[in-house]
Amino acid sequence: MSALAAATSTSTGEAVQFWVLGTVAVIGALSTILMKKAVHSALSLAGTMIILAVFYLANGAYFLGVVQVIVYTGAIMMLFLFVVMLVGVTAADSLKETLKGQRWLAVLCGLGFGVLLIAGIANAKLTHFNGLGRVNSAGHVEGLATLIFTKYVFAFEITGALLITAAVGAMVLTHRERTERAATQRELAERRVREGVQLPPLPAPGVYARHNAVDVAGLLPDGTPSELTVNKTLRARGQIRDVSSEALNDLKALEQASAERLGREEASK
Amino acid sequence: MENLIGLLIAAPLLGAVVLLLGGRRLDKAGHWLGTLFAAASFGIGVVLFADLLGRGAEDRTLYEKLYTWIPVEGFQADVAFQLDQLSMTFVLLITGVGTLIHIYSIGYMEHDERRRRFFGYLNLFLAAMLLLVLADNYLLLYVGWEGVGLASYLLIGFWQHKPSAATAAKKAFLVNRVGDMGLSIAIMLLFTTFGTFAFGPVFASVGNATEGKLTAIALMLLLAACGKSAQVPLQSWLGDAMEGPTPVSALIHAATMVTAGVYLIVRSAAVFNGAPDAQLVVTIVGAVTLIFGAIVGCAKDDIKKALAGSTMSQIGYMILAAGLGPVGYVFAIMHLVTHGFFKAGLFLGAGSVMHGMNDEVDMRKYGALRKFMPVTFVTFGLGYLAIIGFPGLSGFFSKDMIIEAAFAKGGTQGWILGGVALLGAGITAFYMTRVMLLTFFGEKRWQPDAAGHEPHPHESPKSMTIPMVILAFGSVFAGAFFEIGERFLKWLEPVTGYEHGNSPVSAMTVTASTMVVLVVGVGIAWSMYGRRPVPVVAPRGSLLTRAARRDLLQDDFNHVVLVRGGEHLTRSLVYVDHSLVDGAVNGTAAAVGGASGRLRKLQNGYARSYAVSMFGGTAILIAATLLMRAV
Amino acid sequence: MNPVNYLYLAALLFTIGAAGVLIRKNAIVLFMCVELMLNACNLAFVAFSRMHGNLDGQIIAFFTMVVAAAEVVVGLAIIVSLFRTRHSASVDDASLMKL
Repeated sequence: MSALAAATSTSTGEAVQFWVLGTVAVIGALSTILMKKAVHSALSLAGTMIILAVFYLANGAYFLGVVQVIVYTGAIMMLFLFVVMLVGVTAADSLKETLKGQRWLAVLCGLGFGVLLIAGIANAKLTHFNGLGRVNSAGHVEGLATLIFTKYVFAFEITGALLITAAVGAMVLTHRERTERAATQRELAERRVREGVQLPPLPAPGVYARHNAVDVAGLLPDGTPSELTVNKTLRARGQIRDVSSEALNDLKALEQASAERLGREEASK
Repeated sequence: MENLIGLLIAAPLLGAVVLLLGGRRLDKAGHWLGTLFAAASFGIGVVLFADLLGRGAEDRTLYEKLYTWIPVEGFQADVAFQLDQLSMTFVLLITGVGTLIHIYSIGYMEHDERRRRFFGYLNLFLAAMLLLVLADNYLLLYVGWEGVGLASYLLIGFWQHKPSAATAAKKAFLVNRVGDMGLSIAIMLLFTTFGTFAFGPVFASVGNATEGKLTAIALMLLLAACGKSAQVPLQSWLGDAMEGPTPVSALIHAATMVTAGVYLIVRSAAVFNGAPDAQLVVTIVGAVTLIFGAIVGCAKDDIKKALAGSTMSQIGYMILAAGLGPVGYVFAIMHLVTHGFFKAGLFLGAGSVMHGMNDEVDMRKYGALRKFMPVTFVTFGLGYLAIIGFPGLSGFFSKDMIIEAAFAKGGTQGWILGGVALLGAGITAFYMTRVMLLTFFGEKRWQPDAAGHEPHPHESPKSMTIPMVILAFGSVFAGAFFEIGERFLKWLEPVTGYEHGNSPVSAMTVTASTMVVLVVGVGIAWSMYGRRPVPVVAPRGSLLTRAARRDLLQDDFNHVVLVRGGEHLTRSLVYVDHSLVDGAVNGTAAAVGGASGRLRKLQNGYARSYAVSMFGGTAILIAATLLMRAV
Repeated sequence: MNPVNYLYLAALLFTIGAAGVLIRKNAIVLFMCVELMLNACNLAFVAFSRMHGNLDGQIIAFFTMVVAAAEVVVGLAIIVSLFRTRHSASVDDASLMKL
């Protein structure tokens, strides 16, 4: 393919790649905003970002494509995942809308905005395609470096300062100065007694012959599961396994078995 | 010589300041001081008069500018005086009669512990009145105009412990306000029309103004004159003003202040000459008041109120004459001067009678006083003869001239006005004869006063009788003095102008018919009050008599139309204010409050809602940009 | 294929990201949507860079990434401290911006 052709149009291979990966990117974006769990959203976004990295490469932005994968997908998205893990799962994950009319307004504005953007692009006269052949003549990364360290050197320096500020800021925001010494076991026990809410330690999760795990609620004497026995994060995620019916079934089977046994013993008499 | 004009005013003004600020230290000498200042002013007036007489007829106008009062570009008002023959006449009348009444008051107010203050007020009045007649522009005239109003208010209410006096003062003040409003509007109109307040420039450029404007100015001036001179429809205050001490009634409410309206009209002759419609209204007002006052005077039993009705009526003559234009100006002023003499004399006589009768004012409780008060009887009698127009006395000449001038108006108007003036002369003869008969003739009808003191009528002290004698001289001889050789006419003509009216009836006929109505009036009065005994308690009387006793229902009319009307207007305004204005204001407030309450819901505190607004706003901005590009 | 299609894709992704910001309550997901919008912009920059035949677009995209990294660091720190004080990552819970 000649340089001129590359400048004005794209190869068929790129077209196929665009349509296939573009569709996937849109689906990823949609699932980012529609997935109920933050982890799924993060994963979908990561997928979309990787596809965008591919598009960068296809557009001749090799350096940027690589940076996209390393910095964005590798670092930033991982940071997201860490925070998701830290924050845990809350009621905020619910997709149920609480603000009246908010969703409709959002969809309406989004549609209007999208239509306007696309109409604007369609209206623009984008007929010149120069391609990157000329500017990449001295090497792509060298070309970028030339620009960054000459024309954009001040912006570059300032972003450096920005990054340091952000790092310090993040530390300031998340750091908590300990203003009083940690409470001892004794003090904690005394506080529990004073408040009178939960005097003994919280009950342990359910222990059952086949299940001895944190996600199994302990059973009360009447056979119902106790909420106190499982971690509330698991509760919020709905990852609690309810074995109460199983236990009752087991009990029933046991009784039946013993009854049969007794019957057999009587019959044998 | 011009410098004396300022002194003319300064003397009584200084007297007023000294007496009113001097405090009790001056209680002993206050009345003498006040009289001295008034006499000084009179002396200066005489000197100036002599100076004027020494000049040619056309050269008798003196100016004195003290200082520029309001030095604003395009709005010049000076404190400047103009002394011409008209002002001079007034100056002599005011200071002359004023001085006499000061002397009279020394005796009359002898037992009043606030005599010093009384003299201070009298001096204040003199100063204000002189300022009024000497001002060379309307704005300064207005100052004097309000000054005499203030003095009148203070003096009517001088015995402020009497509720009736306080009320009368208030009433005079309020009614005068209506007239003063007219004067201030007239001055504004004059300024917008001519761009100046000064008499000279205004009268010189009267020809440049449209007749409509002149009529408006003239009517407003007439309203002012009505208020000050107690002409219909603003006459209701004068009767009540008799609550003031009698010298006040004589000086202010008979001789000088109430004639300020006549002065205003005659002074503004140039304006009135250019507005024939307004002149007609002036004559109508004069004619109506003439009859109105005369009828009221017939029915009153209170001697001062009967005289007050008479004053109203006589000023009606003057206003009527002033409304006739150049034909009548001179006679209006002449009657004003002669009236100043005889009416002041009559009031002083009435005061003398009251002085001797324990301040009793009801004529039905007088009777047969001629034997006890010979001097008062003679002077009062001369004043009486003068006012009814007894041949040869001053009222005869001046009133005759007005009646003649009224006939000279010509056409139906002339006949009606002349007839009214003639009728008025008859009624004047009737009521004055009635006063005379009730007071000095007939049986003794004295009664003990509220405290049980039997009155002991006696002649008043010299300080009171001497002024009465002097005024009686004036009443007798002034008319003849003015008329012989047409002295007064020649004196005033350069200022007011004069043209001889062509009366459809000859002067002899007018005089003869005046004599006839005079005799008829006196005769009726004699038959009613002279031949039979007078009941002490007034008979019920006819409907007209009863109405006249109530000032021809003037107060009732005012009450029903103005007071009630005003109350209704106020009430409806309050209603409008409450329902419409407050409603609009409160409604606006409620609407704003409601709208903000709804708008506030937009501010729900949720960041995502704000984000939607931002996003929508961005979309709209982009749409607008694209649209503008497309256009 | 016309490279303009990259711009259309960028517009679409941007709009989806914006809509996500508006409808999600979880601050973390909301942040992800902001990242999505930034990435859409980057894509547009890269496509423009190729069309105009210079590298300035890529430089801007590069700076965007750097700034986005800084933003994410601070933003996530805020979310964490918010969660610590409010025990919630919902943006609706912080609704104090009203009278």
